[in-house]
Amino acid sequence: MHEHLETASDITGLSRVVIEPVSRVEGHGKVTLLLDDERRVRQARLHIVEFRGFERFIQGRPFREVPTLVQRLCGICPVSHLLAASKACDPFVLGNARITPTAEKLRRLLHHGQVLQSNALHFFHLASPDLLFGFDDAVAHRNVIGVLADHKELGLRGIRIRKYGQEVIRHLTGKRVHGTGSAPGGFLKPLSAPERDAMLRDIDQIVDWCVASNALARDNYLANEAEFRGFGESESAFMSLVSRDGAAELYDGVLRVKNAAGEIIVDNHDPARYLDLIREEVKPWSYMKFPYLAPFGHDAGYYRVGPLARINNADFMPTPLAEAARREFVDYGGGKPVQAALAQHWARMIDTLMCAETIRELLDDPELLGSDLMAQPSEPAREGVGVIEAPRGTLIHHYKIADDETISYANLIVSTTHNNRGMNDSVRAVADKYFDGREISEGLLNRIEVAIRAYDPCLSCATHALGQMPLIIEALNPDGSLQSRLLRHDDGRIAQE
Amino acid sequence: MNGNDFTFVLDGENIPFEPGQTIMEAATQAGVYIPHLCYHEEYRPRGSCKLCTVKINGHFGTACTMPVQPGMQVDNDTDELTAMRRRVVQMLFVEGNHYCPFCEKSGNCQLQAVAYHVGMQDSHYPHFYPLRNVDASHPDMLLDRDRCIQCELCVRASRETDGKAVFGLSGRGTRTQLVVNSESGLLGDSDFSITDFAARICPTGALIPKREGYPLPIGARLYDAKDIARVGHRQPSSKAAGEK
Repeated sequence: MHEHLETASDITGLSRVVIEPVSRVEGHGKVTLLLDDERRVRQARLHIVEFRGFERFIQGRPFREVPTLVQRLCGICPVSHLLAASKACDPFVLGNARITPTAEKLRRLLHHGQVLQSNALHFFHLASPDLLFGFDDAVAHRNVIGVLADHKELGLRGIRIRKYGQEVIRHLTGKRVHGTGSAPGGFLKPLSAPERDAMLRDIDQIVDWCVASNALARDNYLANEAEFRGFGESESAFMSLVSRDGAAELYDGVLRVKNAAGEIIVDNHDPARYLDLIREEVKPWSYMKFPYLAPFGHDAGYYRVGPLARINNADFMPTPLAEAARREFVDYGGGKPVQAALAQHWARMIDTLMCAETIRELLDDPELLGSDLMAQPSEPAREGVGVIEAPRGTLIHHYKIADDETISYANLIVSTTHNNRGMNDSVRAVADKYFDGREISEGLLNRIEVAIRAYDPCLSCATHALGQMPLIIEALNPDGSLQSRLLRHDDGRIAQE
Repeated sequence: MNGNDFTFVLDGENIPFEPGQTIMEAATQAGVYIPHLCYHEEYRPRGSCKLCTVKINGHFGTACTMPVQPGMQVDNDTDELTAMRRRVVQMLFVEGNHYCPFCEKSGNCQLQAVAYHVGMQDSHYPHFYPLRNVDASHPDMLLDRDRCIQCELCVRASRETDGKAVFGLSGRGTRTQLVVNSESGLLGDSDFSITDFAARICPTGALIPKREGYPLPIGARLYDAKDIARVGHRQPSSKAAGEK
């Protein structure tokens, strides 16, 4: 942990370096670094400067429109929000009953299409320029256009994998982005045989490309292992969903936490009881909260989520090619969870391979074409929690409804929020290791962004909250010394210091 | 032209009409679409939404209220009128809280379809963001005043067809709101029923049945593939039970 770099003890005379916006990530964020005269980093923070408000403004809306509404949190992983909200709202229609088998399979297919396309987008469009060209490559070249120019086949493959995932979404929801497939109680649109056949036509090719993409990510990591292993390293526990039998699971399962030593410290945890596990800390310099695992306290409760957590936590992958890839990854870790920030790319490609294989298995299932999509309503509940593994990690939607079926309470913990502490720690690790005493250069600043990018953060998703967040406003003199300071406490009180 | 020549000219075409018909009725009978929102063939026209404004012998007038005269020259599909109608629709959008992306009526909504038809790309005017209540008290129907354009179709349907007078408009100017005739003011305390014709007549998503969700997938909705002018004049009928 590098928390000593969160807040400088004295900011007098420190110079400020700002990276804004952080590029090649979803949403808007900035990094500030405070350096002393010898260019040693005294403070490093990733600030999330967007502000949304979904948890508040969906209150009073009828619950049936909520899944379709909250998917607008994101343009990259809307399906994850659609499905997490659908799961959370299922009990408002079904009580304890489950959705129909066909509806569950359609939701699973939809979700695996979502994770496939989002992971491909991140790896090929956003991250691969750093990995293929190096962190110091010219900015004008270090982007997806540069990848297409120098590695045309690879770049096109990435675009086509993503396109395939988008097509899965379109077949199931009517649109590639923000469709209307899933609803409380089941699924709205049956899948036709021609639509299924259209997806079957290309799936073998997609699986082959995902095998090659995993090999690329693995080989790239191992070839640069000496540098990558310690790059932005942050030692944490990992949380993810797994199935009851311990397999990696994206749609529905139980929560598992593995600590840095590789011991399972939480298992079979009912996702509906997430509040027993997670607390959220607020800091006055960011709109994004900082969750931790409450039973282990603030420090020991530091955890991360996402593909790295999924691969580290799973006893096995549910599909054969992904399982073979996971074994290689586990062997590299030597029995302990892999902690390297940049190993997330490798883990993400194993995850992607699992998605492609799962899509193939689902498309072969005749039950997918069933017409029984909405389960029979039964005694409805008034509270529901939906937890899902979104591309960036565990996504939690929690709602309560009033007697008139409108939303009275909403709490969302978005994947990127879980990783807020991890991203900040990786930023500080990079700043600590690379900056001290050196001349600031674009390549040096890019290393900070590379560390953030490894988490594939979706900053717009993660800033959904509306609350009495503490804020500090500081007025600085020209020499950087503090002139005045205004503090808004989390109870809304405002005080001048 | 003689006294028995019951035709008028609409966008340069001779259109027959029956004596006593309005321009809207004659155009609809001839298969010509004139944009409208507050007009319904079963009720006396109000001419309040102004969307059916046409140019009649060089002067502006509402097609739903103006009786046709033989030889009348009417312009409907012109750039000038489309631009004016676009402004009217934009004003309707900013006056309420219309969020098509998650509205269950999206794709089947006349207001949205007309907006596409007149080429509305943005709101143009500043949004009012009025504070309007959602009334979810009725067991079968949701009243979302955010989406109400105050066309009074539900008012007329409830009064004239259902014989109930559940709805009315109250207040003045921008504070005008749809109100419910019950002691509490809640729809759930009125004698409104999902089987009423008023439950099926809303051109937007202000009055929608509960538990339907998004019944038609994107691509299969009324206005997904065809512009409202090509879909043509299509309204629920009080004579056709269950039609939506």
